[in-house]
Amino acid sequence: APLTDSVPPQVVPGADPSARQLCFAWGPAEVLVCETLFGRAGGSRFRCLTRCPCPSRFWGEDRAGAAARALTGSVAGTGDGAPSSSHVFVVRRDQDIYIQTLRKLFNESHGIFMGLQRSEEDLAGKSRKAQLVQVSKNYRSVIRACMEDMHQAAVSTRDPTLQSQYSTQVSILSAMELIWNLCEILFVEAATAGPLLLRLLDWVRLHVCDVDSMVREVLNSESPSKHKLFWNVVDVFVLQGRMDEARHLLSKEASANPTSMNMYRILDDLMKKMPVPSLGNTQTLTELELKWQHWHEECQRYLQDGTFASNPHMESICKILLGDEDAILEKKELMTTWYHFLVTRLLYSHPTVKPMELRFYAQSSMDLFLGGESSPEPLDMILMAAFEFEMHQVIKECSIVLSNWWFVAHLTDLLDHCKLLQSHNLYFGSNMREFLLLEYASGLFSHHSLWQLGVDYFDHCPEYGRVYLELHIERIPLSTEQKALKVLRICEQRQMHEQVRSICKIMAMKALRNNRLGSALSWSIRAKDAAFATLISDRFLKDYCERGSFSDLDLIDNLGPSMLLSDRLTFLGKYREFHRLYGEKRFPEAARLLLTLMTAHIAPCSFWMTLLTDALPLLEQKEVIFSAEQTYELMRCLEDLTAGNPDKQKFQDDDVETTKVEMLRLALARNLARVIVKEGTVEGY
Amino acid sequence: AMEDVSAKFVSQKISRTRWRPLPAAALQPPDLFATGSWDNEDNRISIWSAGDLGNAGLNGEYHGEPHLLCDIQHNGDVMDMQFLDQERIVVASSTGTVTIFRHHQNNQTLSADHRWEKAHCHVDQDTSCGGAACTGVVCNNPEIVTVGEDGRINLFRADQKDAVRTIDNADSSTLHAVTFLRTTEILTVNSIGQLKIWDLRQQRNEPSQIFSLAGDRVPLHCVDRHPNQQHIVATGGQDGMLSIWDIRQGTMPVSLLNAHEAEMWEVHFHPSDPDHLFTCSEDGSLWHWDTSTNVSEKPSFLHQGGRSTAYLSHSTINQSVASAWLSNDPTKDRMEITNLIPNQTLSVNSLDVLGPCLVYGTDAEAIYVNRQLFA
Repeated sequence: APLTDSVPPQVVPGADPSARQLCFAWGPAEVLVCETLFGRAGGSRFRCLTRCPCPSRFWGEDRAGAAARALTGSVAGTGDGAPSSSHVFVVRRDQDIYIQTLRKLFNESHGIFMGLQRSEEDLAGKSRKAQLVQVSKNYRSVIRACMEDMHQAAVSTRDPTLQSQYSTQVSILSAMELIWNLCEILFVEAATAGPLLLRLLDWVRLHVCDVDSMVREVLNSESPSKHKLFWNVVDVFVLQGRMDEARHLLSKEASANPTSMNMYRILDDLMKKMPVPSLGNTQTLTELELKWQHWHEECQRYLQDGTFASNPHMESICKILLGDEDAILEKKELMTTWYHFLVTRLLYSHPTVKPMELRFYAQSSMDLFLGGESSPEPLDMILMAAFEFEMHQVIKECSIVLSNWWFVAHLTDLLDHCKLLQSHNLYFGSNMREFLLLEYASGLFSHHSLWQLGVDYFDHCPEYGRVYLELHIERIPLSTEQKALKVLRICEQRQMHEQVRSICKIMAMKALRNNRLGSALSWSIRAKDAAFATLISDRFLKDYCERGSFSDLDLIDNLGPSMLLSDRLTFLGKYREFHRLYGEKRFPEAARLLLTLMTAHIAPCSFWMTLLTDALPLLEQKEVIFSAEQTYELMRCLEDLTAGNPDKQKFQDDDVETTKVEMLRLALARNLARVIVKEGTVEGY
Repeated sequence: AMEDVSAKFVSQKISRTRWRPLPAAALQPPDLFATGSWDNEDNRISIWSAGDLGNAGLNGEYHGEPHLLCDIQHNGDVMDMQFLDQERIVVASSTGTVTIFRHHQNNQTLSADHRWEKAHCHVDQDTSCGGAACTGVVCNNPEIVTVGEDGRINLFRADQKDAVRTIDNADSSTLHAVTFLRTTEILTVNSIGQLKIWDLRQQRNEPSQIFSLAGDRVPLHCVDRHPNQQHIVATGGQDGMLSIWDIRQGTMPVSLLNAHEAEMWEVHFHPSDPDHLFTCSEDGSLWHWDTSTNVSEKPSFLHQGGRSTAYLSHSTINQSVASAWLSNDPTKDRMEITNLIPNQTLSVNSLDVLGPCLVYGTDAEAIYVNRQLFA
């Protein structure tokens, strides 16, 4: 049976809390645990650790141990041979996140979740309810699909450990669907007296499948009425209120026993006439109760006048129709669960049960069914809490028992959309819906590939979602540019400027380390990171000074408006433009640009000498290129550079530099002489 | 229509989907496709059957989801993937490796046929080679061209161990995608909004032509060439913009069309009906761009088959098709665009179209097959 094994609290495998005291630190996605040098002082148990990652943070300290099952430990460090204290354990918060088959559940339900968040709250009462019920059904159909996949996996694997793992998952999923379905009936649809019973019958029929194989076996046998389990199957149908099927089977038996034909006819008639609640508004509850009373009395009469006395099977069926508790309880094996017993009891004793009366019948049904032989399991407690309309209790118990946050997060969100959870503020500020969504999404973020799903959940947590997202997104490893782009898009869409900058910087640094200056620049352009663009421009310029030629011309020639991002980038672009003009022998334009780079202070001072040296070949051209005025300006630049240089000593000591300056002065002087002659001639012409 | 789409959740994020090419004389729609995954601890190449055609009803309706035929582990994210022929698939990895996988159809297995380790890599100061993601691959059997984050272009031959040609530092920024323009020329797009033509016969390590987006140099992520009019090229950018280029003239796109709100990951002209174009994006949408509307006399390559086009002179075809994509006047030639995935939230990373069939894969770990694209 699902959820019935009571698993002992699990400690982190490998850690020995009885020998050493443990210390731990919280991270957004996992807990780090390590053994300390301190021995055990005795007293307190390991609970300090196991309590933390579960919702008992706000629900008290009991049951903390059980929640530790939601943890999975792995050893991150390796020992040095010493018996302890050299391991750091990484404890993750959500075990089920790592189950491959469940990824279908996470992905598909993400779509449903998003649909629900987008759905229109202002729809009128009835259509809104229909919409919410549909959402609930969609969630359940995903659970069922997953269950089928898991079942297939269990059947097809040959590995016994895997098989038992899959089987466990199947039973957990089936328990989740059972609970969800009940919550759907009671809370989402909030079925009223009458329809409530019909829904509960459907619920039982859908989930009590232990007898299905027996039913199949009998129905498929050559002559069902001769089968030794024939009456069991008839009883199953009656207990589940499947009257037509029961009557169909009985008619086969009847035709084989012409002597008791009359008895069969009477029973068949009773079963046919049994009044049932209708889903439409065709009859009022009072009408139904009246009809029911009549029918009940008729059954009573037949039982009392001994009509069925000759056939114990039929007599017992008649007693069941009368709602005789002992008669129903005799069929315990055919019902398998107390909640089946409850629904059968309601069907034949209280068909118009009101939602608020359920709790009494549920409690007594459980007591009667278990009869003190066994104590209720966690699943029983959860269902009982649902019958008692204790929604918070249902969610709490589920959080403790289930090894995932998926269930409680999605169910709570749905109930919240039904406006059923009064905002139940927790002491740390967020409400329960948000708390559970945050836990679930954090689990997704700790997963290697499911992190993308987590983003949308954080988006729908108004209180802390943003902070959580900021914390988690920075921990996503940026293995390729493609992945970085995806993370970046998430941050940009949410105006997370800090994260955008950091991602771009990381990528730009990576590119720079790999000597991919072009890529580095495009990353810093994306982040509008002027400082980094300057750094990269300096690398380009340094490369140019060392090699005498530009690398990455395809980039520098096509900077476009991004050139304006940083002064140094502007200079780089303009300087390259100078080289292009020079290469195209457009000397006057090149000269003008070169001069502007200095006079407009676009070029950094450290680069002036290079620029002046670049002027040399222009000064030596046959044609005179620099005008007198431009030559004066060049001279001033040179003098500013040599005079204004605080490190004057260096200049004088450096022979090469001194020679360069001398050559420049000479060239400038000669140019000035030529230009005066030329300009004089032109003017005097 | 939505009901013609079958979906399957596959428990891995899908980065590429590709139809297996059909044999030349095939009349049936495609039935097999390959997928590659990314960002998993264990990435895989998988071959899927789109479904048993024998089960399709008379009116062509089709139920049933794709089912897995075989798969194989792949080292690193699958960045790109292309069928070389009916049996071989070339896969680009985030580790820089390029692998040819062979699909053995007799026993439904996959095996690695050939592998070029570190076809793309970063050379750092100590000249040791660290793998750089191979971002794009294109095949023209037996030739294979790959591009990568390292800005390198490789030309391989399926039957040769070493690269036939390598252009190191072909681009100073990341090359995002590559496609063949003609048998000896390729087109690349990069992260600073450039479209470049490379002539592989030339020994120069420089592009023969550079086209560029005006204004902000928005990165380009994908490129496809019109199957009949080789001068018409479509690219998709980081801002989701579809650019149509006429590489005979100018250096800027002829038109910019806006539909996606985030990175456009793939763009494909329909191979036999190029009035139709398909694009998918990080924003979770998949757009069908249809320029065939209200021109009933236009030949339909898809429905009439290849033979009927023989009646039309070349110029007629040229005119009708070219005007549709290259027109600057949006009122003259109406373009109808449809989002094929309403309400999707996670990225559609890849799509492929062949015949009446569309296949696409998402970050929501699902693959979708639409077998009646034009119904």
